[in-house]
Amino acid sequence: MLAGYPLLSLAVWLPICAGILVLATGSERNAPLARWIALLGSVLAFAVTLPLYLRFDAATANMQFVEFTAWIPTFHINYHLGVDGISMPFVLLNSFTTILVVIAGWQVIQNKTSQYMAAFLIMSGLINGVFVALDAMLFYVFFEAMLIPLFLVIGIWGGPRRVYAAVKFFLYTLLGSLLMLVAFIYLHFESGGSFEIIDYYALPLSLPVQILLFVAFFLAFAVKVPMWPVHTWLPDAHVEAPTGGSVVLAAITLKIGAYGFMRFNLPITPDASHYMTGFIITISLIAVVYISLVALVQADMKKLIAYSSISHMGFVTLGIFLFNNIGMEGALLQMISHGFISAAMFLSIGVMYDRMHTRQIADYGGLVNRMPVFAAFLMLFSMANAGLPGTSGFVGEFMVILAAIKVNFWYAFAAATTLIFGAAYTLWMYKRVIFGAITNPEVAKLTDINPREFGFLAVLAALTLAMGIYPQPVTNVMHVSVDNLLAHVAQSKLP
Amino acid sequence: MNFALSDLMPLLPEVFLLAAVCGILILDLFLGEDQRYITYILTLATLAGCGWLTFSTATGVTVYTMHGMFVDDLLSDSLKLILYFTVAISLVYSREYIRLRGMFQGEYFTLILFATLGMMVMISANHFLTLYMGLELLSLSLYALVALQRDSAIASEAAMKYFVLGALASGMLLYGMSMVYGTTDSLEIPRIALVLQADIGNRMVLIFGLVFIVAGLAFKLGVAPFHMWLPDVYHGAPTAVTLFIGTATKIAAFAFTIRILAQGLQMLSPDWQQMLAIMAVLSMAVGNIAAIAQANFKRMLAYSTISHMGFLLLGLLAADSAGYSASMFYVLAYVLTGLGSFGMIMLLSRQGFEADRLEDLKGLNQRNPWYAFILLLLMFSLAGLPPTIGFYAKLAVLQAVVHAGYTWLAVVAVIFSLIGAFYYLRIVRLMYFEKPTDMHPIMPPADMQVLLSANGLAVLGLGMLPQPLMALCAYAMERSL
Repeated sequence: MLAGYPLLSLAVWLPICAGILVLATGSERNAPLARWIALLGSVLAFAVTLPLYLRFDAATANMQFVEFTAWIPTFHINYHLGVDGISMPFVLLNSFTTILVVIAGWQVIQNKTSQYMAAFLIMSGLINGVFVALDAMLFYVFFEAMLIPLFLVIGIWGGPRRVYAAVKFFLYTLLGSLLMLVAFIYLHFESGGSFEIIDYYALPLSLPVQILLFVAFFLAFAVKVPMWPVHTWLPDAHVEAPTGGSVVLAAITLKIGAYGFMRFNLPITPDASHYMTGFIITISLIAVVYISLVALVQADMKKLIAYSSISHMGFVTLGIFLFNNIGMEGALLQMISHGFISAAMFLSIGVMYDRMHTRQIADYGGLVNRMPVFAAFLMLFSMANAGLPGTSGFVGEFMVILAAIKVNFWYAFAAATTLIFGAAYTLWMYKRVIFGAITNPEVAKLTDINPREFGFLAVLAALTLAMGIYPQPVTNVMHVSVDNLLAHVAQSKLP
Repeated sequence: MNFALSDLMPLLPEVFLLAAVCGILILDLFLGEDQRYITYILTLATLAGCGWLTFSTATGVTVYTMHGMFVDDLLSDSLKLILYFTVAISLVYSREYIRLRGMFQGEYFTLILFATLGMMVMISANHFLTLYMGLELLSLSLYALVALQRDSAIASEAAMKYFVLGALASGMLLYGMSMVYGTTDSLEIPRIALVLQADIGNRMVLIFGLVFIVAGLAFKLGVAPFHMWLPDVYHGAPTAVTLFIGTATKIAAFAFTIRILAQGLQMLSPDWQQMLAIMAVLSMAVGNIAAIAQANFKRMLAYSTISHMGFLLLGLLAADSAGYSASMFYVLAYVLTGLGSFGMIMLLSRQGFEADRLEDLKGLNQRNPWYAFILLLLMFSLAGLPPTIGFYAKLAVLQAVVHAGYTWLAVVAVIFSLIGAFYYLRIVRLMYFEKPTDMHPIMPPADMQVLLSANGLAVLGLGMLPQPLMALCAYAMERSL
């Protein structure tokens, strides 16, 4: 039976081993082999995560599929893995996205192919590790280690300013996480020598201590989300990253920040979370409104979608810090839906970029004449990005707005402006790129998407629609875990 | 003076080494230029012999001999074994490098062995005078090694600076020791500890002496503000010698510090903790900030060493068994990573080309992806990122510091290690993101290829499974203090 298999370890180590195997194919001569191994590895890695969903027990908030081995007994660090309803969907999302990334880079990457594919596979395993680690130090190891492949991906295969972007990305995220390390060590001693995250949930802490810990965690995760005003690394990293890098950045790594809030900030420092909630909601709303306006004026498509991601993530942090059921589930749904939509948007931009080698909106126009099928797909994804009902983009946003109304009308009012701004910047971009007369002679030579591109866009389109129409399968697994989390937040831990 | 042959048992490795060096020295006179490899092999064999002797005479119990001048405990045995290993690896890495530069001579190997003997004496010293003797034997050999390339102006300058400042530091150390002797009436380390435990005596004089001792130690470790010699010596010395100074001597300097501060002057820990705290912060600041401005890889690693030694002091200033074992782990992690980093410079060098500028690393990933990957691991380990051993070294030290109640120091330390990450990243950036300017094939000897690859993978492997080494450090410290 499946129950006997260490599914979570497989989810972590299978892609990493596949990545090492891909690396071993070596030079460019073996690139086709590298591609096939990468594809096989990513499909297998996704396949082993499927039982996590199928066999998931939605009736309990306890950790499931738990694996436990002592790892570094001197420091009481354990290899402790497990998932609940909050982390499980992300493992699937991540493993699924890796397949897309491998396929998207199939023909486009012609330079150090094996290293490219290997970097993504290894990163996929490490990110799974982030989501399933239940030991603080293990979490930290995965959290930091995943920076290394992403740093290389941006720096090697990125655009002209890739070096600047890669270093900025790395140092920004490192700054946040190092303080988190000190926080972990502090908690280790406070809890009497444990690195188990769950042990910290019951640990009484005074308010000043909670606030300091909250700030340490907040810096680590706010940079990852990224929240205004520490978001500036994201547009640079996105613009310079290759398509695959952008997809993983937007679809997965941003979610790690929000996941961190749910796993660390809220349950470990609930009183500080309540204390800081006004501040967090304010900067979330600034992200939603102000960053939307910034997105409106972008001339570069990737930058536009990057800013749109920041704005959407503002919704997520808003939903988390409203401390109610709908908000939290809305935030989770928004994260998963954004995983699909942002991946689709970046892949679509990649499709255009591979043909035209420009991302400037001004270089396009009249694309519908040459690429009608592609135009139809982009239409759907743009609508989803703007939050059209019937697409997955709508469900999460709507739930967060509903939750916000319960707390404060003006929160909801500010948040709802995104429905207008979001539609404005996405559809305006769509209009300028797709419609109108062909002004650039290069556009006139374009051909429509090939079967490979059709494949991944169609899958994402189906998922976007399915989640928009019937989100139940996703929300079902979350309910109990979210309720459990809210119970932790509601309970004061002041001694 | 009574003397029994069994007194010599614990210092069998030292006696063997001394006899072997003398033998090699004489034998080398009769060897022709093309038979020099015999000296090299004998040197390695001597180290292996020492290793066997140390291992087989290790009892796990602490034995004092030579009337309390010399100690053989678990700490000394484990550090010595690691020392032989380090010296042997550094010899393998250096062979091709020194051969191409006309230093493949008997003197090189005998000096290295004498330095090793000095370090062994330091590691096992139980008496201030023994410590001092070991230190001088080491230092004099090192001065000569740095100056071994007579015609190199930069090496001569480095040797001169090293000698003058080193002599000054030795003087300070001796002066401090004499003050301690004045109040405690003893030079034997455990007895000093006992005397201080019973009655602290004239505190004024003791602290006065302590300041000088700590200054002398700081010089030998290379921590700010006594670090001035380090960049010049690292830069000026032949890379093979830099490798030796940068790795093996750190083990001895660590043992030296433990013997004096932890075993001898533990009672004064509130006083030296403050000094170490200041020096640690200064070192991390100076090392990490100055390293950013360096264009020479060896100089950059020199400043990186300064910052790492600052981190090491953090572990020591926790002043408990956990802190000492954390810093022991830190030293070992640093030595392993340092071996690989300096080894990599020699791997890339060739006749008439030192490969010690940062730009020489450009595009290494295109020239040879495997060595680029190894150097990437080494750099991330120096930066203290998981999953490399450097991370656990940092973690252990930070944990000790927080445990000792210096949370603010831990915060300062992580901020400086963020600054440090910047210049380690620059190496990775040059290797991976830039185009190569130099397309010479990299053709190191096979044994070096294997060892250096193993070295890099050990940094990763011990990063994934650090438990055995950590347990060893904790056990050695517990049994020896």
